[in-house]
Amino acid sequence: QHGRVKIKSTAQQEEEKRKEREKKLKIYVAARDACFSKRREGVWDDEALQLTQQLLSSNPDFATLWNYRREILLHLETVREEDELQKIYEAELSFLESCLKMNPKSYGSWHHRGWVSARLPRPDWARELSLCDRCLSLDDRNFHCWDYRRMVVKMSGVPVDQELQFTDRLIGSNFSNYSSWHYRSTLLPLLHPESPEPPSPCQQLLKEYELVQNAFFTDPNDQSAWFYYRWLLGRAEREEMISCVYVSREEERVVVAFSRPVNVSAFTLIHIWNFVHFLTWTQICDLPPGTISDITNEHNLTVHWTEKHTHRDCALYTGRNESWCRDSATDQELFSELSVEKTSVLQSELQSCNQLQELEPLNKWCLLTIILLMRALDPLGYEKETLAHFQTLKEVDSMRSAYYSDLCSKFMIENTILKMEYAEVRVFSISDKKLTTLCHLDQLLLVTHINLSSNLLQRLPPQFAMLQCLEVLEADNNCIENLEGLYHLPKLEEVYLKNNKISKLADLQPLVSCPKLKHLDLRGNPITETTNIQSELAELLPSVTDLLKSLIH
Amino acid sequence: MASEDLPSEFDVVILGTGLAESVVAAACARVGQRVLHLDRKSYYAGSWASFTFNGLLSWIQEHTAGSQPETEELHDWSNLLEDGEEMICLSNTNSAPFSNVQVYCYTSEKDEEEEDEARSPEALNTTEEEGGRGGGDEDGVTEPAESHTAELKEEEEEEGGERRQEGAADAQEEEREEEQEEEQVEAFPSRPQVSWGDRGPHQLQKTCGLNILHCPITQAIQTEGEGPEPESGQPRPSAAPSQSEPVKKKISYAQLLKEGRRFNIDLVSKLMYSRGSLVDLLIKSNVSRYAEFKNVTRILTYRHGNVEQVPCSRADVFASRQLSVVEKRKLMRFLTSCLEETQEEQAFAGRPYLEFLRDQQLGDNLQHFLLHSIAMATEDTPTEEGLASTRHFLRCLGRYGNTPFLFPLYGLGEIPQCFCRMCAVFGGIYCLRHSVHSLLVHKDTNRCKAVIDSRGQRISCSHVVVEDGYVEAARKPTATPTRFLSRAVLITDGSVLSSESDQQVSLVTVPPSEAGGPSVRLVELCPSTMTCMPGTYLVHLTCQSVSSAYQDLSPVVTRMFRTPESHDQEGRPSVLWCLYFNMADGSAVEVEGHDLPSNVYVCSGPDGGLGHQHAIGQAEAIFHKILPEDEFCPPAPNPEDIIYDGETCTSPLGEEGEERGEEEGEGEGEGAGEEEGEGEGGEKEEKEQEEEEEEEEERDGEVQEKQSLKSEE
Repeated sequence: QHGRVKIKSTAQQEEEKRKEREKKLKIYVAARDACFSKRREGVWDDEALQLTQQLLSSNPDFATLWNYRREILLHLETVREEDELQKIYEAELSFLESCLKMNPKSYGSWHHRGWVSARLPRPDWARELSLCDRCLSLDDRNFHCWDYRRMVVKMSGVPVDQELQFTDRLIGSNFSNYSSWHYRSTLLPLLHPESPEPPSPCQQLLKEYELVQNAFFTDPNDQSAWFYYRWLLGRAEREEMISCVYVSREEERVVVAFSRPVNVSAFTLIHIWNFVHFLTWTQICDLPPGTISDITNEHNLTVHWTEKHTHRDCALYTGRNESWCRDSATDQELFSELSVEKTSVLQSELQSCNQLQELEPLNKWCLLTIILLMRALDPLGYEKETLAHFQTLKEVDSMRSAYYSDLCSKFMIENTILKMEYAEVRVFSISDKKLTTLCHLDQLLLVTHINLSSNLLQRLPPQFAMLQCLEVLEADNNCIENLEGLYHLPKLEEVYLKNNKISKLADLQPLVSCPKLKHLDLRGNPITETTNIQSELAELLPSVTDLLKSLIH
Repeated sequence: MASEDLPSEFDVVILGTGLAESVVAAACARVGQRVLHLDRKSYYAGSWASFTFNGLLSWIQEHTAGSQPETEELHDWSNLLEDGEEMICLSNTNSAPFSNVQVYCYTSEKDEEEEDEARSPEALNTTEEEGGRGGGDEDGVTEPAESHTAELKEEEEEEGGERRQEGAADAQEEEREEEQEEEQVEAFPSRPQVSWGDRGPHQLQKTCGLNILHCPITQAIQTEGEGPEPESGQPRPSAAPSQSEPVKKKISYAQLLKEGRRFNIDLVSKLMYSRGSLVDLLIKSNVSRYAEFKNVTRILTYRHGNVEQVPCSRADVFASRQLSVVEKRKLMRFLTSCLEETQEEQAFAGRPYLEFLRDQQLGDNLQHFLLHSIAMATEDTPTEEGLASTRHFLRCLGRYGNTPFLFPLYGLGEIPQCFCRMCAVFGGIYCLRHSVHSLLVHKDTNRCKAVIDSRGQRISCSHVVVEDGYVEAARKPTATPTRFLSRAVLITDGSVLSSESDQQVSLVTVPPSEAGGPSVRLVELCPSTMTCMPGTYLVHLTCQSVSSAYQDLSPVVTRMFRTPESHDQEGRPSVLWCLYFNMADGSAVEVEGHDLPSNVYVCSGPDGGLGHQHAIGQAEAIFHKILPEDEFCPPAPNPEDIIYDGETCTSPLGEEGEERGEEEGEGEGEGAGEEEGEGEGGEKEEKEQEEEEEEEEERDGEVQEKQSLKSEE
């Protein structure tokens, strides 16, 4: 008697739902067809707006309909008053809001919103900002919204410091957010223009360090903060400049090295200038025969880089065969990714990272950052620790062990270059260091003797051709398969490639371009197994004298 | 009267509308049992109730006036007995579990501006008209207070707005305790209330008012000069005026009364663990649709004389200013690692959690946070227990916000009412101010076959569920002494820790000031929880009783707030009004072994725990005893899936269902503030909350990982 509640059965519910769905579909299809036919007929009326609205509100990802809608609105712009338009566009915005509720990551809706906002006669940016805030509070990684927000900020001219506070807020609620950190890294240079990037060690910078430290101490496995930290510690890319000019009397050649790969279209050599031959890092310029060949003459060369309004002088004195002018790599700045001006800051950062590492000995981000900091502070002094950290890194993050090996190779090469510079020699020796890759070859322009034995190298890359002074190459006991870098090396005389993986005659082809090659050791390479190899080699490289010996095990 | 007769047959008769009883009622009705749910009070939720300010005042009257037997004539209904039956009378006295009720008012009687208004004839008229009030009716309650404000205005002015204290205590209780404990007597040297015993309630109210204004308590204490009472620093004539000149104008007592309906003051202070049994049950059963919730926004702790925020979520740890980066790491690492069991902890089995924490070398800061605020343990809690509660806390984090807790808007008293509503929707019948006189037991089977209600109607039933308070003491099994909780309710004018937002809901853990003392739990509610008027905060303090509530809690109040007893508490929020009382700890109440038929089940009242596990567990156990085969609170169907019989309503479920239930029972006994609740709450928010819950449910796995990443959605 008290009305026991009766509940519909599942079948009943299903049936009802099915009917509901069918009904919906029918309406949807009818409206869609109506829209399409109207568009075909070129009708741009309010009814079409109505129809598209109806469809888009249930399916906001229907791009064709958004296009049609824009066509209609553009048409209305030509026939309606401004006040009326304002109303139409405002209605459009609130309609879009409902679409975004339906799908907050709809490309169509966000794009249309941007389009409408830009055309609105009297835009209400505050409202747009608050809409973005709402969306971001629901999903702080909604990149559509970030994009749109950037547009709104740009159009409405929100002050930078206010935007910085905005990122403060987002990072506070969830610091695992690349968008916010990245936004910060674009705002800070704007806020402190006097120190382009990174900001100099002012209050702001110290505050940033504190903030980011809080983040990575709280969760050292969250990489967003570490990336920001690296940006913060980092420094501007090296300026494009001429880092070395080398003149060789014998080859009648000038070689110009740049600090960064450049695309040089116009530079001039005082006295003589000639054809232009492009390389990424170095510029080799053969001078017309006879220009500097007379050993009793003194020559002053100036390389002008007109694009950058810079030049570099180099004097070739009487009686000398070669001459150069260069920046020393001992200027550590050259190799550090991090800035050195703030050594004290870096030192304290290293301390806190070490502190974290004590707590989290296996955290890869922390280890990597420590390595970078150590390199910025004292690459040679910390070499042992660096190698140990790399070893740990390869173990804890085995998926990226090859990356760490390459990075470690790079650092080892840098250290060797530094040592070479300190010793003021032209011999570069880095054997048995597990090198997997070669880099900084531009720094080896003047090297005459290079020893890469007992490493894990697989190839001598094209950049190897920058070693214009190279006479002796030792590369025994590697895994070299490819010699493409041994190309046009004018002074190369001896090449030792014992126990490598050279298997085809074609692999030796580049050596043909080295005019002075006399000695080649190929023992322990697969190529020695091939029949007739001796005669074929003799044919390929007639100038190599002790070829026979090189093939005997 | 015949038309008002109840049906003569039910499956389950339930006495008391506390949480456990209400859940049993909803669960039984949901699976098709015919439920009769009664409460002898005029309001829902019994000891779990929430009151408006004025409602609370009348509750106070009731509990200070001495629990007099309800003026119920003694009927002899033995004629209703059938063959082979005997009668078990239930307790008809309201052996309320409350004692030591004391009230203090530290704010001025009325606003200076308002005085004219208060003096105006209308104000007096109203109070006069309502003077004849009855029972616990909230409107009537305004009367005593207002009348005394009017009468005593003159004196007030003379005193220059000096603070007064109200004191009241349950005379009976007090006498009992005096016998038991000498210490207690010392603690209450001034008991002007003792003499109230033989006065009528109405008279009493006025006396109460007068007594308050004459400040007998402070005088008495002064003369005794007793040490332990912080009250000895009472307002001296010289000191008082300066103290009572706050920069901000204080909210007057008159304003509290005027805005009384904005308060929803809980007798019990609990929070809902967001993955606790109550929240799970609310979601599972769809009862959540009847209520709205708010996140507790902060976990705080009291340390070295300061209130500090306890960082517990990832975002908190990140933002914390008190922790060094190393501490941040250690804390995060501990919180992450302790979710999984380790070998290490087994080594600490049986040893205190504190030792385990010490072994982790976390440092004092973190140790304090983890022990007192996160595990909410004491120094000798065993490791297993400490870790279990730490884990529970952590699992609850991030489900709805940055703390593990939710609080229902309009107070905890809403929750039992939500379950009652569900019961009513499924045909349960409700009567307030209606009880059961006796149980009729078949001698051979020792089963209760029927009950006789307070009107003498015989109602047959298969099961009876009673709240502990309905059972005569003689039938209780206990030789065990009952434990008590000490409670305090404060209305303050500011938060214990001010922050950017003034709408914070905070849980503050206050460790024992000396070893072995009780640790105090403090919940501070802001006006947006719909439990207090704008400009005020409602603060609940709870601890296990060592002695009386006043003795246990007033030192904490004095330390953390500005009261006439406190010194140098500039910058602390002022207490405008406060109430102390003790209540029985439900977890100490034995629910088995009563001298009762086998189909009569006893529910204990509210326990002292922070969560609701105790009551929900009890309800589920009782339900399974009644209906071992049925599911406990299966999801309620959607309103549109319910088919209504021709004659009954066609409108959707909710309100309509409720009304039906109410009408057939006694509609006038609406629960405190319920109507308002639904009116103002706004349906939208309600829906959102619900959706949130469902959504969260689905994403369970994902949420675990992202816990603290998500703020309130």
